[in-house]
Amino acid sequence: MIKCVIIDDEPLARLVVREYLGAFKEVDVLQECGDGFEGVKAIMQHKPDIIFLDIQMPKINGFEMLELLDPVPDVIFTTAFDEYAIKAFDNNAIDYLLKPFSKDRFEKAFEKWLTNRVNPKENPSKTFMDNRVRNQDENSRIVVKTHNQIRIIPIHEIIYLEAYDDYVKIHTGDGLFVKKRTMSSFEQGLNPQEFVRVHRSFMIKLDQITRIEQPEKDSHVALLKNGSRVPLSKTGYAKLKVSLGMK
Amino acid sequence: MQIQDIKYTRFVSFYILNGIFWIAAQTYIVTGFNIPIKIAVFDALLSNLLVIAAGISTYNILRFYKPARENILYPRIWALLLTIVISALFRSITFHLFKTDSAYLHFIELSMPVRVVFNLLNITILSVFTVLWFYFNEQQQNQQRTLDAETLTKEAELVSLRQQLQPHFLFNSLNSISALVGTRPEEARKMIHQLSEFLRGTLRNNEHESFALADELKHLQLYLDIEKVRFGHRLSPFIDAQPETLRCKIPPLVLQPLVENAIKFGLYDVVGEVEIGIVCKMENTNLTVTITNPFDEQTSTPKKGAGFGLTSVQRRLYLLFARNDLLVTNYNNSLFTTTVIIPQAI
Repeated sequence: MIKCVIIDDEPLARLVVREYLGAFKEVDVLQECGDGFEGVKAIMQHKPDIIFLDIQMPKINGFEMLELLDPVPDVIFTTAFDEYAIKAFDNNAIDYLLKPFSKDRFEKAFEKWLTNRVNPKENPSKTFMDNRVRNQDENSRIVVKTHNQIRIIPIHEIIYLEAYDDYVKIHTGDGLFVKKRTMSSFEQGLNPQEFVRVHRSFMIKLDQITRIEQPEKDSHVALLKNGSRVPLSKTGYAKLKVSLGMK
Repeated sequence: MQIQDIKYTRFVSFYILNGIFWIAAQTYIVTGFNIPIKIAVFDALLSNLLVIAAGISTYNILRFYKPARENILYPRIWALLLTIVISALFRSITFHLFKTDSAYLHFIELSMPVRVVFNLLNITILSVFTVLWFYFNEQQQNQQRTLDAETLTKEAELVSLRQQLQPHFLFNSLNSISALVGTRPEEARKMIHQLSEFLRGTLRNNEHESFALADELKHLQLYLDIEKVRFGHRLSPFIDAQPETLRCKIPPLVLQPLVENAIKFGLYDVVGEVEIGIVCKMENTNLTVTITNPFDEQTSTPKKGAGFGLTSVQRRLYLLFARNDLLVTNYNNSLFTTTVIIPQAI
């Protein structure tokens, strides 16, 4: 039996997918979800083989939902937006169906997935890549999952970021959150006028700095509004000076 | 700027090639009169460099002053003046340098009329060429400007067309129809009719003509009905209009984008049911339409004034009424309110 989950905020759009899937006997649609929160829950609960995913959805979009999952199931995107196609394929999408799509087109996508599944030519890495162009929404917020809930952190609430193995610790006024994403992808995504990478493992929001201290010769530390002390590397200190207009 | 540079190097290379050609030719001719080669080369170099200097000064003057067509005499007088100046200069320089070489000085005296004519000719050629160069440049710049203006107009038209057709709305609606066809063909047919009527209304929209609020609300109702089919029970809109407002005039493309915006932010910012309110009232001689939608105070940061891409509506209102205070947004208690005021001519 193949386990499926359909995630789309329009009931009729889910109905189309369900109807088209009816042609395949061995498929079981375990759940239909109307938003990304339900989607995450359903995927963690059912561990589906494949999901059909809309992009524009309430609160968090399809891409942001995938970021919360580890491992990520196989995805076929279904959307009326053609501008996300490249991004979708960059993220190992099986296929990208533009609404409204025909039954033929749908079956082609699904059959392609079925054959690849039976004899996988290559096993593409299933972790969600994050080195991609992010849309405006995604640049103004970060979606994270704590053990029992999903949080949307507005960018302006970040105090500083700290690298932590494959993860990044996000320090906010509201506490600490962890996100599986690289530091350099944050560096690319965040506005350099607001955030500066001051160290291989640290990035701070400029307006959070209260003071810069020099405890020893050749070593600098930034003091933040919340009392944290963040070490500055040599190049980081130079960058910071430029950003603060000290040079 | 790049094109300008390339053309400029061509211009300069013409000057240089022209100079080299005449220097070679003159050297050859002068040696024919039994003048030693060294002196002949100097002679050719000096007279041609003077001509080039004259050409450059013409170029610099033309950069700042372009004679009108009726003043065609000015450039000629200028060329004649330059000729006299450089010929005299040539004569005094050579007479000063070759005081002892009487044979060469004699040759200069004899050839002076030829030199003057030759200089005049050469300077005229260079000036004509320079004038033409400026003329073509200007022509090209004008052409470019016209082209740019046309492109801009077309782009603006395209953007407004796309905005009116709202491809995402259209494709998602077609997808809903596709779903309904299988199970509920009657509803599918109904939605096709609604969508057609809505599109017809959109195409009818003339940017400059105002419509009665009643018509605008009818159009809006079609839009809301379609959205209700798409989003099912999640969306519950209501329209509430005082009877006396129905005959008020409202410009097109004002209400529609505001409602779209409210729906978009309502639907994508909140999980669960979304109530969209549209309330029309008279206040003095103004028509006031208030649109409300829920939003999440935790995650959205609505900007004060006209955020949320409402700027284009504000711009339209400014162009129509020359007022900046006709669109007001407000938020509290998880409710976002957009109020638009349309002054009515009495």
